[in-house]
Amino acid sequence: MDRRNFLRNTGFVAAGSLFVPAFMKPLEAMALDELSLYKNLVVVQLSGGNDGLNTVVPHGNDIYYQKRRSIAIKPEEVLKLNDMQGLNPNMKALQEIYDQGWMTIINDVGYPNPDRSHFRSMDIWQTGSDSNQFLSTGWIGRYLDSNCQTCKFPYTAIEVDDSLSLALKGQSKKGIALKDPASLFRNTNDPFFKAMLQSEKEHLDEDNLGYLYKTMIETQSSASYIQNTSKIYQSKSIYPASGFANQLKTVSKFISSGLKTRVYYVSLSGFDTHVNQINQQGNLLKQYSEGMAAFLKDLKTNNKLDDTLVITFSEFGRRVEQNASNGTDHGTANNMFIFGGKLKKQGIFNDAPNLSDLDTGDLKYQLDFRQVYGTILDKWLDVNNADILNKKFNTLDFI
Amino acid sequence: MSTKDNFIKVKHLYNRAGFGISYSNLQKLSKKNIHKVIDGLLEEPKEDDSLKLVDESEEKRQLLVQAGLYAKKDLNDEEKKMRQEIIRMQNEISKDLNIAFISKMINTEHPLREKMTLFWHGHFACRSNNPMYAQQLNNIQRKHGLGSFKTLLVEVSKSPAMLNYLNNQQNKKGKPNENFARELMELFTLGRGKYSEQDIKESARAFTGWSYDKDGTFIFRKNQHDEGTKTFFGKVGNFEGENIIDIILEKPETAEFIARKAYKFFVNDTPDETHVKELASHFYNSKYDISELMKKMFSADWFYNSENVGTKIKSPAEFLVGLSREFFVTYNKPTVLIQLQSSLGQYLFNPPNVAGWPGGQSWIDSSSLMLRMRIPSLVLNDGEIDFSGKADPEDEAVIALSRAGTNNANASAKPKSYVNANANWPKFLSTLPRGLTPLALTEFLLQPRLNDKITNMVSDNKGLRSTAVEITSMPEYQLC
Repeated sequence: MDRRNFLRNTGFVAAGSLFVPAFMKPLEAMALDELSLYKNLVVVQLSGGNDGLNTVVPHGNDIYYQKRRSIAIKPEEVLKLNDMQGLNPNMKALQEIYDQGWMTIINDVGYPNPDRSHFRSMDIWQTGSDSNQFLSTGWIGRYLDSNCQTCKFPYTAIEVDDSLSLALKGQSKKGIALKDPASLFRNTNDPFFKAMLQSEKEHLDEDNLGYLYKTMIETQSSASYIQNTSKIYQSKSIYPASGFANQLKTVSKFISSGLKTRVYYVSLSGFDTHVNQINQQGNLLKQYSEGMAAFLKDLKTNNKLDDTLVITFSEFGRRVEQNASNGTDHGTANNMFIFGGKLKKQGIFNDAPNLSDLDTGDLKYQLDFRQVYGTILDKWLDVNNADILNKKFNTLDFI
Repeated sequence: MSTKDNFIKVKHLYNRAGFGISYSNLQKLSKKNIHKVIDGLLEEPKEDDSLKLVDESEEKRQLLVQAGLYAKKDLNDEEKKMRQEIIRMQNEISKDLNIAFISKMINTEHPLREKMTLFWHGHFACRSNNPMYAQQLNNIQRKHGLGSFKTLLVEVSKSPAMLNYLNNQQNKKGKPNENFARELMELFTLGRGKYSEQDIKESARAFTGWSYDKDGTFIFRKNQHDEGTKTFFGKVGNFEGENIIDIILEKPETAEFIARKAYKFFVNDTPDETHVKELASHFYNSKYDISELMKKMFSADWFYNSENVGTKIKSPAEFLVGLSREFFVTYNKPTVLIQLQSSLGQYLFNPPNVAGWPGGQSWIDSSSLMLRMRIPSLVLNDGEIDFSGKADPEDEAVIALSRAGTNNANASAKPKSYVNANANWPKFLSTLPRGLTPLALTEFLLQPRLNDKITNMVSDNKGLRSTAVEITSMPEYQLC
């Protein structure tokens, strides 16, 4: 069945009008033809502090081999990208992606006065704050708050998880967390839940109670929209069997079925490799790379790669010198990856980390992570980055 | 004042100053003057009520072993194992400490004291990998939670948990670390914009040498202390840490900052500045007596105004504790309480940062709200919400049984959902007066005023138990 017919034929629009209040109306009015023009951002978070130097290996630098006697990746194993840098051998799946020109590596991304606590540094990355500033909203949340043309629907940002990260929480608007659209749909169609929403217009003006009902209504209408839009789509691509790949598969399903969501958020954790790093990080990088490669190829097959930008970050990199337990401790600046079908600068974006000019054993950052966010906000999500980041950041030309 | 009015007032008071109230206790207290009820809440326990989960001597022994292992350059396999084992055990104990704190809130007979501990837990937000330090700080917040703010502030500032969290261990003469001094003023006392960067620099020097020794006792390291002259808020002197705290407390802005924060926690997300000023000047004039501040707040007429009743979103801790207290819930697998805290966004002892949990509407997003609405049925009813509204015949039988004094009807164990908790229904039902209607139970359990929809939904209900599950699953139950 044609998707547009299907949308019109399901009870969604009719049922929606029963409880959908005025602020939700644009949903019904939206032109289905806009669907194909939609640009998406997918944020991939590597939690725990991924060791960037064993991910993109500076095989051309002797200092790397001196500082990491037992955990350095041997030159002959590195998947060389140029004379200086190459990928960890567990990232073989990404070699092809890189060769296609769908990948950019940005070296040494960080921020001034870096914090080495996981929680705090993740907080800084998710809120886009300075290191001595505490924000209670996330950068994607504030994008939702900005009420721009492209961010007005409650399902504008989706995190494929059971609970919502700070990154997606704004002051008045928040993203939606869901692992499985069908189960969210079932829950919001529970008779009790529906009964609570019957004739619930009276509360919508009241402060906190109104906010609770507004959240319920948006959850219900988003769940219906997501379920009805995506349920007919069947991916033909094969994904590896991992939780991470499954998250990406869900995202691909949403993107390929034409969901009007702008931002997706997924994460992979376990990167806090203080002890016996080689195997642990190797397994994770393998999962990451195989999942990402399958995802990007799937998007390509569905003609969505040009409309999709994927970024990967971790809350910090690790110290240049290894520790006594064949692992690495918390560090500072780290690399970020950008993927997409229309990258302006493909391959390695800037100079490799300078291992001879360290800040008490840690890499110095070349680029502020908010320049990367700012570039995406300005050039991909079509908002003014100063409105979201509280000050203007210079953009970069990777897109 | 009629008992009916007092009933509503006391219920509101106990929702804010505690974690709700049982019907029987509410009936009893409604007969008293509200000021007597407030005094009762402020009463100190007769016995030491600190958390004693972490065995300090055992913990100190481990700390020494750990310090020894960290000092060593090359560890053999056995030592590596030992180090990992210590870390694993610390994690386990930290979880137990979390459960001990939430269990204390659930079971306490001094609800305001625990509520204050929770308030200060968020105000002096801190993370520590070391459960002994975390327990010390929690006990400081309990012991002085209703006492002198100055003592509380000094004790918190000297606790190893906070010294470590805000890097004061690295704050040394000639190499000051300003983290503690900054947060002291920005988050603990004055608030952003009430001090200059120079004030931070100078006060950081005054706190040099504030440290703790190997077994977690505060120590003033004189050789690391900067004894030079400092200029702080225009005053010049040879200041040490405690002088700085005194100068900060001389500023009425500190009383106002704390009063506003308490107002937002106990009264309303949106502060009424007239009320805040009223509280602040009383607090300041009482020389920062926290009991005086709270008494003034709970005695104020405006505290009971309709805009302040049933309008605050419960924090996850308030929600979980309130539900568990009301229905005498036991958790057969208490770690589920940690899972729930974490999924709802308030993992105690693990605040997002030193600014604490932002609170208010930030607690609620689609997934946390859906989960909140599911939890009562999972905890109280092993799964499904009984929405049919049909008569619940076991209620009457159970009431009768518990009235007869044989309080063991709970013995009939049913297969449990993953939450694996038991509500003590006989005990709960025995707190209710004979003949209480489902509608009256609804009025009791919900703080927001009932509307037609809810009235209609429960008016056909016959069972109290099914009504209770239904009511606690409503969005209205998220408010207090």
